[in-house]
Amino acid sequence: MSEQFEPVIIGFTCNWCSYRAADMAGTARIKYPPNVRLIRLMCSGRLDPTFVLKALSGGADGVLITGCHPGECHYLEQNYKALRRYLLLRRTLAQMGIEPERVKLVWASAAEGVRLAREIGVFVDEVRDLGPLRWPTSLPAVHAEEAKMMEEVAA
Amino acid sequence: MSANGNKNEEGKERIGVYVCHCGSNIAGVVDVKDVAVWAKEEMGDEGVVVARDYKFMCSSLGQELIENDIKELGLTRVVVAACSPHLHEQTFRTAAERAGLNPYLSELVSIREQVSWVHTDKVKATEKAKAVVAGGIERVIQNEPLEPLRVPIHPATLVVGGGIAGIQAALEIADAGHKVYLVEREPSIGGHMAQFDKTFPTLDCAACILTPRMVSVGEHPNIELLTWSEVERVEGYVGNFSVTVRKRPRYVDTELCTGCGICWEKCPKKVIDEVFEVGIGYRTAVYTPFPQAVPKYPVIDTETCIYFQNGKCKACEKLCPTGAIKFDQEEEIVLLEVGNIIIATGFDLFDARRIPEYGYGRLANVFTSAEFERMCNAAGPTDGEVVMRDGVSKPASVGIVHCVGSRDRNYNNYCSVICCMSSLKFAHLVKERTGAEVYNFYIDMRTAYKDYDEFYQRVMGEGVLFVRGRVAEITDATRSPGEEGKLVIQVEDTLAGRQRRIPVDMAILAVGLEPRADAKEVAKKFGISCSAAGWITEKHPKLDPVATMTEGIFIAGAVQGPKDIPTSVAQGAAAAARVLSRISRGEIYLEPIRATVNAEMCSGCRICNNLCPFNAIIFHEDLMVSEINHALCQGCGTCVAACPAGAISGTGFSNEQVLSQIEGLLEFSFAEEPVLMEMTPA
Amino acid sequence: MSDNGKPKFAMYWAASCGGCEIAVLNINEKILDVDANFEVVFWPVAMDAKYKDVEAMPDKSITLTLFNGGIRNEENEHLARLLRQKSQILVAFGSCATEGCIPGLANLSSTEQIFAAAYDSVSTVNPDGVRPEYAYDIPEGELYIPAFYPVLKTLDQVVDVDYYMPGCPPESHQIAAVVDLVIKALHGEAELPPKGATIGAGMSTVCDECGRKRHVKKVKKFVRIHEVEEIDPELCLLEQGILCNGPATREGCGALCPSAGAACIGCYGPAQGALDYGARLMTALASVIDSNDPEEIDSILDGIVDPVGSFYRFSLPHSLLRAAKPAWTNGSR
Repeated sequence: MSEQFEPVIIGFTCNWCSYRAADMAGTARIKYPPNVRLIRLMCSGRLDPTFVLKALSGGADGVLITGCHPGECHYLEQNYKALRRYLLLRRTLAQMGIEPERVKLVWASAAEGVRLAREIGVFVDEVRDLGPLRWPTSLPAVHAEEAKMMEEVAA
Repeated sequence: MSANGNKNEEGKERIGVYVCHCGSNIAGVVDVKDVAVWAKEEMGDEGVVVARDYKFMCSSLGQELIENDIKELGLTRVVVAACSPHLHEQTFRTAAERAGLNPYLSELVSIREQVSWVHTDKVKATEKAKAVVAGGIERVIQNEPLEPLRVPIHPATLVVGGGIAGIQAALEIADAGHKVYLVEREPSIGGHMAQFDKTFPTLDCAACILTPRMVSVGEHPNIELLTWSEVERVEGYVGNFSVTVRKRPRYVDTELCTGCGICWEKCPKKVIDEVFEVGIGYRTAVYTPFPQAVPKYPVIDTETCIYFQNGKCKACEKLCPTGAIKFDQEEEIVLLEVGNIIIATGFDLFDARRIPEYGYGRLANVFTSAEFERMCNAAGPTDGEVVMRDGVSKPASVGIVHCVGSRDRNYNNYCSVICCMSSLKFAHLVKERTGAEVYNFYIDMRTAYKDYDEFYQRVMGEGVLFVRGRVAEITDATRSPGEEGKLVIQVEDTLAGRQRRIPVDMAILAVGLEPRADAKEVAKKFGISCSAAGWITEKHPKLDPVATMTEGIFIAGAVQGPKDIPTSVAQGAAAAARVLSRISRGEIYLEPIRATVNAEMCSGCRICNNLCPFNAIIFHEDLMVSEINHALCQGCGTCVAACPAGAISGTGFSNEQVLSQIEGLLEFSFAEEPVLMEMTPA
Repeated sequence: MSDNGKPKFAMYWAASCGGCEIAVLNINEKILDVDANFEVVFWPVAMDAKYKDVEAMPDKSITLTLFNGGIRNEENEHLARLLRQKSQILVAFGSCATEGCIPGLANLSSTEQIFAAAYDSVSTVNPDGVRPEYAYDIPEGELYIPAFYPVLKTLDQVVDVDYYMPGCPPESHQIAAVVDLVIKALHGEAELPPKGATIGAGMSTVCDECGRKRHVKKVKKFVRIHEVEEIDPELCLLEQGILCNGPATREGCGALCPSAGAACIGCYGPAQGALDYGARLMTALASVIDSNDPEEIDSILDGIVDPVGSFYRFSLPHSLLRAAKPAWTNGSR
């Protein structure tokens, strides 16, 4: 029997709020599942949809985007740009057959280590329930099957 | 061996990987030795030439390991897997620099706060640590050598807010020989402290200790005082701010005015003073807020002045011995060039009307702490007599309610820090000036500073009665003969374990401190952030309370959060010290995380133009391209992410760096064959 | 070199519409320069030749091959590999070869959905519901037809490509310019750009060539072009709420469509600095939405009725995701 599927999730944090919240969760020794690997950006406004697509096409089962609460962005209002991009990206992903719930936006301030850890736990559960995405970036096995048939014919 | 090392023959970087044990903080959960061995074996093809593990990488011996490897092995990149970059990124950058490697070619990835401290499964934690290291290695390959930006510092300073914190800051900088502009919204400096009667715990007269400072400010050759003025706009960046200040017209010529006071003595129009006297005293239409005002020049309130309202009177103009009244005076806009800004705009008080069950505004003898301060003040509306709202009767019993609007989820959840001490002070003053029975209704006694608890013990010794319980209601609906004509304070006495109804003549509400009503606008104006409540956000709550996250802008006093006078003074001095250190260096270094537009690739679509809250992006109409001013750019990267042509690049967090890091984090994720990242076909 | 000393030239169409061939022919008199300077050895639209002729050519004997069309099936891939083997310079010519183009939109569907559309829809008479089979038994033996790949690939996802010429089709004046450049390079009078470069196009985007006036962007709504009462001929289309892909699309066409009052649909593919074309459009358009309220943003986004269609019309197979889930999981297979 195969072991339980454990999702691999890439998380984007912002240097001033959510990354500090993650640090704070660490300092307070709060436990959360190891499925999330965090990347530090200076601001959630740096989040390029290319990064999310790169992660999803690269094997990640989910992407977590975090940043400062609206109104509290260190760079004043850049988190709103992240919000706008996130909403459009989800619609596009749905059309591509990727459940939009695989990409989630969570706001967390530097003091909210406990909350961020909890949100990570919730998201890991949500992605686990969705199942693996494991987007095939190499070409599908079907092609290999056909290639084999061609070789047999040529022989 | 050249200073920055040489790539090896295949054009790959030479990478050193250092995995820290951090004692048992990391090593207790992550198999650090395994990670180091794995890095050398699995990532050798990426360019890893050495991978070590060590007990404490941040120690001098740990740093030496890196420095020696850079020199002897010709490393071109360094990855340290240890604690959070917020702690030691600079440490390892400096170590790299000492060994001759550009500091920005060193990366610190966290496997402590983000792995060993938050996960319990050692196998999974080690796996994740490897992924994090792989991410760091792929990223660092894309790092570019960078040079920090050097910015000159203008020696003048702007202090916004003339309360005790602002006064302290201004005096420190001015005494050091540098120019200070002190901008204050009210006609006089002094802030809230000028309204107090006595200050705890020493019971010093507030005016006596404050006014000498105010006079020093007024007379200091290095301080330019702009009262009755407000900051309109702030442009520029650290070391080079251009601040537009609007000086409202006083209608008094300050060159001619001697401060003799005849104008306000003879002004026929009396109005209630809502600001300084908090609505329980009067002033005239032409007025100074209090006798010891600095500057001494009065202002005319055009909303109430008879001349401005219907063209009559002009008594002040007629009687002024020097002809200083100038009804046609206009506002003045001045532009100040400063290098640093200290914001010390103070606090507002919680509006007790929001708690209707306490009866403020409805029941005559319910007072706020601010009203009571004015009452006690010898120069106040009752000449310092403690009397009831009729202005005559002395109270025989007084109830002082702590935590009004504070420590309350319905209003403000935080503790306002100074109300317990204020309430004890009031208890003492009531006892001193009347023979009244005094009750203090408290939740906890917060007297945690030098001599504060001793003051509490003294007040206890003076016979003040203490009831531990949050007051439920102050009402005039009496139930028994003993309550007739009195205010009844309904409270659960938690120590006695029962409800009590305590009749008093007068109630004083110790209202909490709140941010200024316009805190959010002020924060936006200066480009700093404030919390959801409105307190300005400090750079670090433990270690950097007077700096903000915007370079060149500091904060001091209650604008950062509720605090008492000694702490405000200390913060004012601290902010001044920070500014003075900048001024003495003459220049500062800024992190070179900046965005740049490649003019050749820019199409002039202008999509980026509106995305910068720091106005760093300009559009050249003639060339039809956009450009980014590096001194204004704060490095958030929003424009880099938004450019549809990919024409904007960002140093420090480039696309190549982030995309490579994503690749690295996912490279070794799967038990089955790794997912291939093919960019070119086989 | 051929017998008459002229360098050899080939052009092939894989899964395509034939428009690229027309575009080449559209260079008018310049075609005489092609004829004067090259010997055309393989060009199915213009001359008769057999695959075995190409197989017989020595490796690297064709100087320049323009390969257009996407790799849809086994035959396309066979020719791609063959022509790579036989050519010195292989150019992915046109949007199909460089990024997948319209045939690439089939990557949104599974093979079964594609076959159903082709063989079961009202325009096809197929009463027995016949489906093409890879192998088929006849008395004389087994017949094979080229295998149909579940996902369309671009040329560079199959072989090494020297240059990319984007466009659907590449504009004839750009083709003429490239022909000129290659001829000069052959005579040693010019240098070819580094391998992997995009030719016949500029470094920036369509906005660079577009004459419309542009201002700071604040978009309050997105509309379909037919919903606009009167399109201002001088003003940027995006500022009028019309979804124009110009900001993200490589320049080179002369901004033909916006000049004519139509929104750019992006046939020239991504600009130099872009990894995923659709992502650039998503980020740019979303960033300039003039709202911070999630509900309002959502209602503005409702104006983009078909995000994948708008953002990946030409570039789907070359995007990071390459195909939608149905194509990867491929239904019954």
